[in-house]
Amino acid sequence: MTDAAANLQGDGGLRWQEAAISAIVPQTPRIKSFFFELSRPFAFRAGQHVDVRLTAPDMYQAERSYSIASAPHSQQGLELVIERLDDGEVSPFFHDVAEVGDDIELRGPIGGHFVWEVADGGPLLLLGGGSGVVPLMSMIRDRASHHSRVPVVLLFSARTFDDVLFRDELLALDARGDGFNLALALTREPVRRADDYGRRVDTAMLTELLAKLPEPPKQVFVCGSNPFVEAAADATIAAGVAASLIRTERYGG
Amino acid sequence: MVTRGFTGRQRSPDIAKRLPPGQSLTDVFPVLSAGPTPHIRTEDWSFTLKVGPKPLARWDWAQFNALPQTKQTRDIHCVTKWSKLDTPWEGVLIDDILAAAGLDAPPSQFTLAHSFDGYSTNVPTADLVGGKAMIALRYEGKPLPPDHGGPARLLVPHLYFWKSAKWVSGLQFTERDEAGFWELRGYHIYGDPWREQRFTGD
Repeated sequence: MTDAAANLQGDGGLRWQEAAISAIVPQTPRIKSFFFELSRPFAFRAGQHVDVRLTAPDMYQAERSYSIASAPHSQQGLELVIERLDDGEVSPFFHDVAEVGDDIELRGPIGGHFVWEVADGGPLLLLGGGSGVVPLMSMIRDRASHHSRVPVVLLFSARTFDDVLFRDELLALDARGDGFNLALALTREPVRRADDYGRRVDTAMLTELLAKLPEPPKQVFVCGSNPFVEAAADATIAAGVAASLIRTERYGG
Repeated sequence: MVTRGFTGRQRSPDIAKRLPPGQSLTDVFPVLSAGPTPHIRTEDWSFTLKVGPKPLARWDWAQFNALPQTKQTRDIHCVTKWSKLDTPWEGVLIDDILAAAGLDAPPSQFTLAHSFDGYSTNVPTADLVGGKAMIALRYEGKPLPPDHGGPARLLVPHLYFWKSAKWVSGLQFTERDEAGFWELRGYHIYGDPWREQRFTGD
């Protein structure tokens, strides 16, 4: 068993800490990045998440889990990506109320399964739907910051070109020609790039994407809504990848 | 620490007292799992009771469905922060499985549930007997769909829901409390939502 347990503090548990919002960056019309300065910095692995806790004046508390988008060792602070859900309780607070300088309670890192580090090697097949790309982004940034040439294909399914989170950064990484390959699957708009798809994920798409890797993937990470993860994982299995190589994380839970 | 500007949603007292700390109410039924959904045909399905490495009893799908069926409506709580109230289940109580295997009392204090996809989770045996847990075969009167663990899942509603193993293939009685899949990855060894035992050390 190579998976380490969650980050254990001296007292044997994951402690809550105050983290100040250091920057807020709009990403798409509905998604913003929040950068946090931790009062007690922790090491983490790409793919892990943190729990965030908000406390009302009557001491009512709401908790949510958010994947970490930043690479381990990033100098810009811990980046969480929060999509505004109109009927939500926590995401409207972050979008409409939270400001730079506010202290937010969080704890982490959490999760020892949906994780990757450069030493794990590849090739990697990454399948992200919407904001499900966030933990995959941490892996991609970790790879880039280590100048790793591990072959990676990222399939990113989004409604439109403008809904592609981290689009400019991903296009720039794709243009490097260092073994990272981006394919977009746009579900509500025609494609703009030759290698992209104007439809939902399917087996034929996965067969083509797998052919872009120099050898079969060592691991497959799939993250998104449940319907996306079901479709993407089933298509990957139908395209010939063993189910045991596929790790999933589902949003909306 | 009070969070500046956060008030939270209006909460009815009736619902609030049924929500453990940090949980929020959902009307949908979210799906979470560590890997792809296995599609297990009922003709390939079986359920095995083991003591340590030794198989004690085994049922195929028809035999298992012939065991006494019990209905339970329970609140469930997922460690990812959602809770769902009044979920209606039907299946075979662990008590009835033990009786069908000819056991007057459970063989040991600890149990490891195993699943067809390699998943496992540990539960103290005392939390499985006395009507507290079942192998659920139906939800809302219909066969359990694959993404919710069908054909059969363990249901231990008073613990965080990762303990209610999907695609369950059997129960193994163990001498010691042996950590399962998520318990080895930093999640709490017991997982009581009312004591907010999410992670090791909580």
